[in-house]
Amino acid sequence: MLKITNLHANVGDKPILKGLTLSLNAGEIHAIMGPNGAGKSTLGYVLSGRPGYEITEGEVTFNGQNLLDLEPHERAAAGLFLGFQYPVEIPGVSNVQFLREALNAQRKYRGDAPLSGAEFLKVAREQAGALGMDMDMLKRPVNVGFSGGEKKRNEMVQMGIIDPTLAILDETDSGLDIDALRTVGDGINRIMRKPGKAVLLITHYQRLLDYVKPDFVHVLADGRITRSGGPELALELERDGYKELAA
Amino acid sequence: MSDDIDIKDKAAWDAADRVADYEHGWSSDIETDFAPKGLTEDTVRFISAKKNEPEWMLEWRLKAFASWKTMTPPDWAKLNVPPIDYQDAFYYAEPKAKPKLGSLDEVDPEILRIYEKLGIPIAEQEVLAGVEGARRVAVDAVFDSVSVATTFRAELERSGVIFRSISEAIKEYPELVKKWLGKIVPMHDNYFATLNCAVFSDGTFVYIPEGVRCPMELSTYFRINAENTGQFERTLIIADKGSYVSYLEGCTAPMRDENQLHAAVVELVALDDAEIKYSTVQNWYPGDAEGKGGIYNFVTKRALCQGKNSKVSWTQVETGSAVTWKYPSCVLNGENSVGEFYSVAVTNNYQQADTGTKMIHNGKGSRSTIVSKGISAGHSNNTYRGLVRVAPNAEGVRNFTQCDSLLLGSLSGAHTVPYIEVRNPSAQIEHEATTSKISDDQMFYAQARGLNAEEAVTLIVNGFAKEVLQQLPMEFAVEAQKLLGISLEGSVG
Repeated sequence: MLKITNLHANVGDKPILKGLTLSLNAGEIHAIMGPNGAGKSTLGYVLSGRPGYEITEGEVTFNGQNLLDLEPHERAAAGLFLGFQYPVEIPGVSNVQFLREALNAQRKYRGDAPLSGAEFLKVAREQAGALGMDMDMLKRPVNVGFSGGEKKRNEMVQMGIIDPTLAILDETDSGLDIDALRTVGDGINRIMRKPGKAVLLITHYQRLLDYVKPDFVHVLADGRITRSGGPELALELERDGYKELAA
Repeated sequence: MSDDIDIKDKAAWDAADRVADYEHGWSSDIETDFAPKGLTEDTVRFISAKKNEPEWMLEWRLKAFASWKTMTPPDWAKLNVPPIDYQDAFYYAEPKAKPKLGSLDEVDPEILRIYEKLGIPIAEQEVLAGVEGARRVAVDAVFDSVSVATTFRAELERSGVIFRSISEAIKEYPELVKKWLGKIVPMHDNYFATLNCAVFSDGTFVYIPEGVRCPMELSTYFRINAENTGQFERTLIIADKGSYVSYLEGCTAPMRDENQLHAAVVELVALDDAEIKYSTVQNWYPGDAEGKGGIYNFVTKRALCQGKNSKVSWTQVETGSAVTWKYPSCVLNGENSVGEFYSVAVTNNYQQADTGTKMIHNGKGSRSTIVSKGISAGHSNNTYRGLVRVAPNAEGVRNFTQCDSLLLGSLSGAHTVPYIEVRNPSAQIEHEATTSKISDDQMFYAQARGLNAEEAVTLIVNGFAKEVLQQLPMEFAVEAQKLLGISLEGSVG
C-alpha cells in the first residue's frame, strides 16, 4: 500500500530524513518509535504534504501512485489521514461544518456525490458515540477550548467519519489518561483494523501498543530506520531505551 | 482618449433617449439641456426635471449644490484617494456609458467566473453583465426601479406599508418625505452627503405604520440592476411607533467602470418601540489585481433612534469597492434605545477600507454593541474607525465594542482607531481588540482533511466572521459566505 524508498527530506537546509525506507501492506499496523528529534513527526508531515519540507531524494508510492506529486488535499482524498500530535483550533467553525466540508471535498475529488446534512449527521453521530463524545462537542468550534485528551479523541472521531485507508497517527497517545488511551486504542482498532487498511503509529511509548497490537515495530533514529522487528521490539525498547538501539 | 469620451457621450445620449421613451414623455428641449458631462446647476435641474419633482425638492437640491461648491472632501480617513475631478464625470446617466457587449464571449472571463461561483444562472448572468441579447430585461430593471417595488406593493399595502422609489415618494407622500429627508443626515453633514442631496437620482422610501410588523423582508437584491441608474442613491426608512422592519440591501453585481464614484445617503428613523434591521452585502467592483479601476464608495448611513426602546441594527458585509468610506451610525436619543453594528470588511489586492460606526448616546439607559471583523489580504489596508460618545445627561449608558482583525500574507495592513468620548460617569464602556493571522498550522490542518487551499481560507475566514454573518438573514448569509471566499481568491500564497 505504502512504499517509501530512500527518502531524504530537509527543513530549511537541515537534513532530517536521511534515506528512510519502509513498506506497509494492506491489513498491517506498523509502529514507529524513536527518540526525540529522530524525524518521526517530519515523516508524518512529509507523507501528508505539509509545505516547508523539501524532499531531496527518494520516492513514495501510495497504492502505486506517486504520493509526492499530490497536494495535501489530494492525498487526503486518496485515502491518507494524518492524526495530528497537536490538533489545531479553528475558531468559529464547528466540527460538524468542518468535517462535512472536508468529507464532501474528498468525495467530490473522488467523483462521489456529496453527503446531505442528514446523511452526514448520521455518520457523525455514530462515530462520536463510539468514541464517547457527545454531539454538543461536535457542534463546538474545531478543538477550541478542548482539553488535550478531547482533542485527541476528536482526531479519532474525524478519522472515523473520514474513514481513510491509511492512517498516520502522530503521537495520538500523548496527553491521554488511561481511560482515554483505551478509548482511543479501541477506536483505532475498530476503524482501521480491516483487511484493506493500514496504520502507521508514531509513538514514544509502548503503552498505546498494549491496546493497538502492531504487526511490525521500527526504530527511527537520525532520519532512518535502524531496526525493525515484531511487537517484542517495543518491549525491548521500553526496557533498554533508545540509546542502545539507535547506535 | 477622445474616442473614449465620444463613446461615453453617445451612451449618455442614448440613455437620455431611453428615459424620454420610458418615462413621462420627455420633450426634446430637456434632451438639449442635458449636459452629458460635468456638474453644474443645470445638471441638478436636469435630474430634478427628469424626475418630475415638485419645486420644493428642486430648491432643496439647489441649496445643497450651492453649499457643496464651498466644501472640501474629508481627509481624515486612512485612505489614499487621488483627487476626483467632479467635472469629468456623468451624473445620473453615466453608468450607461459602459460599452455594450455583443456576446457572452466578450465579457471579461474573470467576471463570468465570479457569477459562476455565485451560482447565478446563465440567463441572469447575461442580464447582469449587460450583454446585448439580454439587454431588454436589464434596461427594464435599470430604468424602471418602480417595477421592482410593484411586486411587493399589493401585499405590503394591505398592512399599510409604503415601499416606493424615493422619487415616487417625493410626489406621493411629500409631507412624510419633507418631515424626515435630511433630518437624520443633515444636508451639510459632509462633502459626499451634500453632493448626494444635490444629485441623488434613485433610492428607496419605506414607511412602516404604527404597530405594524412588516410582513416580509424588504429587499433591494433585485435593485442590483437599478443601481446602474445612478451612483447617488438615497434611502429613507421610517419605522413608526411599535413597528418592525428588516431591510436588505445587496450590491452583488460587480460594476466594471473605472474608479466610479458611489456616494449614497441612507437615513433611518425609529420611533417609540420600533425596530429596524438593516443588512448590507456590498460587492461593488473592487478593481483588478493591480489596483486599477473599482468603485469609490463614499457612503453616509445614519439611524435616528428617536423613540424610547427603539432599536436599529446595522449589519454589513463589505467585500467590494476600491475605496470604502462608510460609518453606519446610530444617534440614540430615545430612552433605553439600542444601537447595533455588526461588520465584516474584506480587502484584497489594493483595496482600501476605512469603515466603522458612530454610537451617539444621548438617551438615558441607551445601549450599543459593536462587532467589527476586518480581513486584509494582498496589499490592502483595512481600518476600523469608531466613535462611542456619551452625552452628559445620558445616565446608565452601556457599550460593548469588539474589533478583530485577521491578516493574510505579510503585505496587508489592519488598523483600529477607536474614539471614546464619555461625559457621564455612570457609563460602562468596553473595548476589546485582537489582531491575528491565519496560521500555517490552520491551513495545513484543513488541507490534510481534504480541503484545497482556497476552501481552507474560506472556511477559516468564515469562522472568523461568524458572529457577524449569523446576524444576516439566512439567504444573505449564504451569499455572504460565498462572497468572502471569492473576494479572497488569489490571496493564498
